[in-house]
Amino acid sequence: MTSTGSSSALAQIHLHVMWNRLIAVVEEQAQTLIRTAFSTSVREAGDLAAAVFDGEGRMLAQAITGTPGHINALAACVVHFVEKYPMEQMLPGDVYITNDPWLASGHQHDITVATPVFFDGVAVAIVANTCHVVDIGGRGFSPDGRQVYEEGLNIPILHLFTEGVANETLLEIVRMNVRESDQVIGDIYSFAAANDIAANRLVSMMEEFDISDLDELANFVIDRSRQATLDRINELDHGTFHNELTMDGYDKPVTLAAALTISKDNIHIDYAGTSPASSYGINVVLNYTKAYTTYGIKAVVAPEIPNNYGSIEPFTFSAPVGCILNAPRPYAVAARHIIGHLLPDTILGCLDQVVEGGVQAEGSSSLWNIQLRSGPSVSTDTDYEGDVPEFEMTHFNSGGAGARPTKDGLSATGFPSGVRGVPVEATESIVPIVFWRKELREDSGGAGHYRGGLGQVIELAGDGGAPFDVLAMFERVQNAPRGRHGGLDGSKGSVELASGQVLRSKGQQSIPAYDRLLLAMPGGAGLGDPHQRPAQTVAADLADGLISAESARDEYGVVVLRDGTVDESGR
Amino acid sequence: MSPNSDQAATSETRLAVDIGGTFTDIALEQGRGSQARSTVVKTLTTHDAPERGVISGIAEVLDRAGVAADQVSTMVYGTTLATNMLIERKGAPIALITTEGFRDTLAIRNESRYEQYDLNIDLPEPLVPRRLRLPIPERMNVRGEVLLDLDVEAVAATVPILIEAEVQSLAIGFLHSYVNDSHEIQTRDILAKLLPDVEISISSEVSPEMREYERISTTCANAYVQPLISSHLARLESELHRVGIHCPLFLMLSGGGITTLETARRFPVRLVESGPAGGAIFAGHIARQLGLDEVVSYDMGGTTAKLCLIDDGMPHTSRNFEVARIYRFMKGSGLPLRIPVIEMVEIGAGGGSIAHVDALGRIAVGPESAGSEPGPAAYGQGGTEPTVTDADVVLGRIDPDNFAGGTMTLNRPAAEEAMVNAVGSKLGLDATESALGVAEMVDENMANAARVHAIESGEVVEARTLIAFGGAAPLHAARIGEKLDMNRVIIPPGAGVGSALGFLRAPVAYEVTRSFHQRLSELDANACNRLLEGMRVEANAVVIPGAAGRPLVETRLAYMRYVGQGHEVGVELPIKIEAVRFDVDTPGALTEAFLASYHRLYERSIPNLEIEILSWVLTIGTEPEAIPDAVPRDASQPPPKVTVAGTRRLVESSTGETVDAPVYERTALEPGSVIPGPAVVVETNTATVITSRYVAHVHPDGHLILETANLDKGASQ
Repeated sequence: MTSTGSSSALAQIHLHVMWNRLIAVVEEQAQTLIRTAFSTSVREAGDLAAAVFDGEGRMLAQAITGTPGHINALAACVVHFVEKYPMEQMLPGDVYITNDPWLASGHQHDITVATPVFFDGVAVAIVANTCHVVDIGGRGFSPDGRQVYEEGLNIPILHLFTEGVANETLLEIVRMNVRESDQVIGDIYSFAAANDIAANRLVSMMEEFDISDLDELANFVIDRSRQATLDRINELDHGTFHNELTMDGYDKPVTLAAALTISKDNIHIDYAGTSPASSYGINVVLNYTKAYTTYGIKAVVAPEIPNNYGSIEPFTFSAPVGCILNAPRPYAVAARHIIGHLLPDTILGCLDQVVEGGVQAEGSSSLWNIQLRSGPSVSTDTDYEGDVPEFEMTHFNSGGAGARPTKDGLSATGFPSGVRGVPVEATESIVPIVFWRKELREDSGGAGHYRGGLGQVIELAGDGGAPFDVLAMFERVQNAPRGRHGGLDGSKGSVELASGQVLRSKGQQSIPAYDRLLLAMPGGAGLGDPHQRPAQTVAADLADGLISAESARDEYGVVVLRDGTVDESGR
Repeated sequence: MSPNSDQAATSETRLAVDIGGTFTDIALEQGRGSQARSTVVKTLTTHDAPERGVISGIAEVLDRAGVAADQVSTMVYGTTLATNMLIERKGAPIALITTEGFRDTLAIRNESRYEQYDLNIDLPEPLVPRRLRLPIPERMNVRGEVLLDLDVEAVAATVPILIEAEVQSLAIGFLHSYVNDSHEIQTRDILAKLLPDVEISISSEVSPEMREYERISTTCANAYVQPLISSHLARLESELHRVGIHCPLFLMLSGGGITTLETARRFPVRLVESGPAGGAIFAGHIARQLGLDEVVSYDMGGTTAKLCLIDDGMPHTSRNFEVARIYRFMKGSGLPLRIPVIEMVEIGAGGGSIAHVDALGRIAVGPESAGSEPGPAAYGQGGTEPTVTDADVVLGRIDPDNFAGGTMTLNRPAAEEAMVNAVGSKLGLDATESALGVAEMVDENMANAARVHAIESGEVVEARTLIAFGGAAPLHAARIGEKLDMNRVIIPPGAGVGSALGFLRAPVAYEVTRSFHQRLSELDANACNRLLEGMRVEANAVVIPGAAGRPLVETRLAYMRYVGQGHEVGVELPIKIEAVRFDVDTPGALTEAFLASYHRLYERSIPNLEIEILSWVLTIGTEPEAIPDAVPRDASQPPPKVTVAGTRRLVESSTGETVDAPVYERTALEPGSVIPGPAVVVETNTATVITSRYVAHVHPDGHLILETANLDKGASQ
C-alpha cells in the first residue's frame, strides 16, 4: 500500500468534514427541540437557538433553524456558565440553566440550558440552546413592567441536573410561579433532551476521527471564519457612516443613533446618541443588542460565512451604559424585541452609504406579536353575559419587509426575526378566539422602482363575543418605514377597535364584549423612483389589488383604462 | 410468509411503467416470486406526449419478452408529470374560492424566510394569482358550527370572473372545512351546475386536515394538475386499448400504494413523486426478502440523492411534503402538500454535482449540477468543472475505459485537471487528494442528511442496513456505510430500474386521514368507532375494486402528543382487527402505546402530563406479496471460486491510502461467492466499491451483501 500524499492532506480533509458534521449535530439538536417542545414559540414559530461551544465558551456552530436574536445572544451567553462553573469542575450528567436577561438573551421568557460534553471523562465542549417558553410569571409577555422584578421569575445560573439528578427544588419553584406550568416544565425537560442528543453525536464524531479534544477543530473553524469575514470587510471603503431611526417607544419616541466605522479588519458600531432607557419593558440588554447588531452587519457584508465565534468577532459595538440599548438591571426588558428588531434597519441605513448597489429599504421590522389575555379576573366588562374564559395567547405576525436593490420587498414576512407564523386554525383550536380577517393590506407597500412588501390586516374577536385584553407591543404606528433612493415610505401601522376607537400601540388594554381588535401592520418601504417601475408591473399590481388605482396614478404615474390599456403619459 | 401463491400467479404477466424526467423505464414480469422472469427497457421520455414513449416502450418490451399484448394481466403506471407541472408551472389556469378575509393564505404562507442570512431570497409564487383568489362570506368555527352562513349569491357572482379568466379547474378551500364540509360541498354544487366543464377540487376531500395554508395549497395543487393529468390518462387508456392492452390499469401513488384510474383522476396530486416512492417500495421488498427489520434505502442519480427509512419492509410515510423547492432543496422554499407520501430526504448530491472551494477555503459539493450537458469533465463534452463522477474516476472507482457498459470512454486526465484547477490549486492538494476531499465531502453530506432525517423522524440510523440503488449509489454506499457505522450494505441487482420494479411490489392501497381531537382522559369511544368506520368505508370503496379478491389488511394510526406539544407521534392503535372497538380500556392501552413510542424516540418521557389525539389515519391495502424463500446454498460446500478480471489502483477514503484492488465482473459471480474488500465489482451501468471494512457475499437472488469483516472478533480495521 502507498499513502496518498502526506497525512496532512487527509487531516485537512477531515477538518473540513468535521466542520460539516458539527453543523449537522446542532441541526439534530434543533430538530429535537422542535419535535419535543411545548410552547408554540418553539415548535410552531421556531423561536430558538441551538449551538455547540468549545471549552472556552466560543461558539463553533449553530443550527440553521433558529432566529438571529437567540443565536447570537446564546453565542455571548455560554461564557458566563463557564465562568461560574469552570469546565474542570463539571461532572457527567450535569446540566445548567439560566434565564437571566443580562447573561442570556434579554428577557426572562428565554430559557438557556447548557450541557457539558465529556470524552474519556474530560469535559471537552458545551452544547446549549435558548428557547422562548410560553410564560415565566409576573406580568407575562408585556411591555408594561417598570422593573424586571415585575416580569416574572429570574433563574440565575444553576444546576438543572446534578450528575443526572433533576433539581426538584428549582422545578417546584418554577411550577408555582408560571401560568402554564405543565408546558414550561415539559419544555425544560425537552431542552435538556435536545442537548443530550447533540452531546452523544459529538462524542461519536470524536471517536470516529480519533481525536480527544476539539482544540484543533475549534481553531480551524474560528480562524477560517474570521479570515473570510475579514476578507469581506477589507473589500469595503474605510470611513464612518451615520444613521438615525426614530421609533414610537412606549410613552415617548425613541431614537436609535448609529455611527458605523469601517477600518482594517473591523466594523464598529457606536450607538452614542441613542435615547436613554425607557421606564417600561422595552429596554435592551447588551447581549441582545449584540445579537441584532451582528446579524444586521453580517447579512449584508458576509451572509454565507457560517455563524460562529470567528465570523462574529470582527464586528464590534459600543452603547453607552443607561441608553435603551444597554439598560442596566433592574430596568424592565420583557418586550425588548420591538427595539432590537429595529437595529438591522438602523445599520442598513449606514451600510447603504458604502455598499455598492445599496441595501434593502426599511420595513415593518418589529414583530407584531399578538399577546392576548382573558379571564374573569382580567376582564371586568359587565355587558358580557357568559362566563369569561381564562386563557393566554401568543400569535406571531409580521408586516411587510423593505424593497431590495433588485427585487420587491417580501409581504407579511418577518425580517429580521424570521420566526414563523402559526396557522389561524391551529390557534383557534387552542384558544376561544375567532380571526375574522388575516390578509394582505392593500396599498401598504411603499411605492418605488421596487415596491415594499405589503403589511397585513388582522381582525379578531372573542368566541361568542367574549371580552379579552391585548398586551399591545406594536411598533411603527407613528413612524413609517422610510424609502431609499426615491422610493416612498411604507404605511404606518394602526391598532383599533372595529367599532372605531383608536388604541395605544403599547400596553395592556381591554377589547369590550362583542367588539373586535383590528390591527393593520406596517408595509415595507419602496426603493428607487416609482416612475421607473415598468408600467405593466404596476398594472399587474393593480389587477391583483395590491395597490389602488389612486396609488397607480398618483405615485406611479400609471392609469389603466377600462379596456385594459395602460396609459403612462402621467410619467 | 408462505410462498404458496406462486402456482396461482405463474400465468400472471405484469407491466410497470415509470415516466421519469429523462427516461421512461418499463419492466415486464412474468410469474411471481422465484419463478418470475423480468424484461426491462429504458427509453427516452417523450415530453410533448408522454404516452407515445410509453406505447413504443411497451411494444419493445413485449417484443423482447415474446408476449402478446392481450396476455398482460395488470399494468402499474407512475409518472413525474404532476411533479414537473408544479416545478415548471405548466398546469391549468385555476382559481381559488375561499373564506372572505383569507384570500392571501397562499401568499402569506407561514410568514417566514427559509434562509436567515440571504436578503435576496424569492418566495414560492402561489399557484393562483391574487385576482383569482375569490373571497366568499362564510365562516365555520373550530367545532364546525356555522358562525356566518354561506353567501350563495356571492358564490354565483364569481362565475363571470371565472369565465373571463378561462379557468379550467377550481379549488375551494374554506376555514375549518375539515370539521364541517357543508359550505364547500354547497359551493361545489352551485358552481358545478353553472360551469359543467370546470373540474372542482374541495379541500375537505383533497386534504381534510387542520392548518389552512397546507390544506389549501394541496387543494390548489390538485386543481392545478387535474385537467392535464386527466386528459393524459384518458389518452393513455385509449392508446393502450388501441394496442390491445385491456387489463386493469393502476396508478402508483406518492404514499407507496397503487390505485384505480378513477381515484387518480380525482386526486392527481397524490401522483406527485410516485417514481421515488417506487424505489422505496423496491428496497422495502428486498428488506423483507432478506428478513431485515430496519433499513435505509439510498438512491443516488445524476443530480440528487434520496434516502428513506424502512421498517419491517414498510417505508416510513408522512403527510407532510414539499414539492418544487426553489432554493438549494431547502425546506420552506417549495409548495407544501399534505398528502400521504413515502417520507424521503432529498439532497443535491449526485454524480453530476459540482465541487468547488468556498469562501472559507473549504471543499464544497453541489447542489449545482453539471447535468448531462456538458456533464462531468471526464465526459469530454466541454465540462470543465469537477464533479463527483470526476472524483470517482480519479479515485479508481469508475473505470474510464469501460463506462456505461463500454459505450463511452471517459477522459481521466480531464477529470484530474478539473480537480486540480478548481480544488487542488487552492488547497495545496494534488489531483488524487482533491478527489478524495470531494468524495469525502459528498459522502459526509449524505451521511449527515441520513442522520438528521432519522432524528426528524425520531429514529437512529446506525443500526440499520443500507440498500443502495441508482447509477451512482454503489460507488459511494460502502463509504457512507462506514460513516454511519453500519454493519451491512446491500447492492441489489437490477437497481437501474428499481422504481419500476417497485411498482410491481406495491399493494393496492388507500390511506384516509381525518382530524378529530380527543383527550385520552375524556375519550369518546363511540365517536372514535364511528369515525374509524366512516374512514373504513371510504378506503374500501377505493381499494376493493382493484384488489381482485385478494385479502386486505387494515392499519390504523392515531397521531398523539402531550397536550400542548406541537408535533405528534404516530402510534399504531393497540387493537386487533377483529375487535376494532374502542371501549373503557382503550385510553389505558393508548397511553401505554404512546409512552412507549415517545420514550423510544426521545429517551426521556415526561411524568404526569395529559395526552391527546389530533388526527387519525386508516389505510386499507392488499397483503404484501409473499416472499419466496431463496434457495439456500449448501453451506458444507466451499464458496465458489471467483475469477479476478483485473486489478485497479483504488484510493480508500477512510485512510487515504492507494491500494491495488481486484476487479470482478458482477455477471460472473455465483451465489455464495465471497469477496473481501478492498475490491471493485463492475456491471453494465455502475460499479460497487467494497472498502476494506467490508466483505461481500453474493446472495442467491443476486444481491451483493457487504458485511463488516471480522465483526465477531470486534476487530473492524
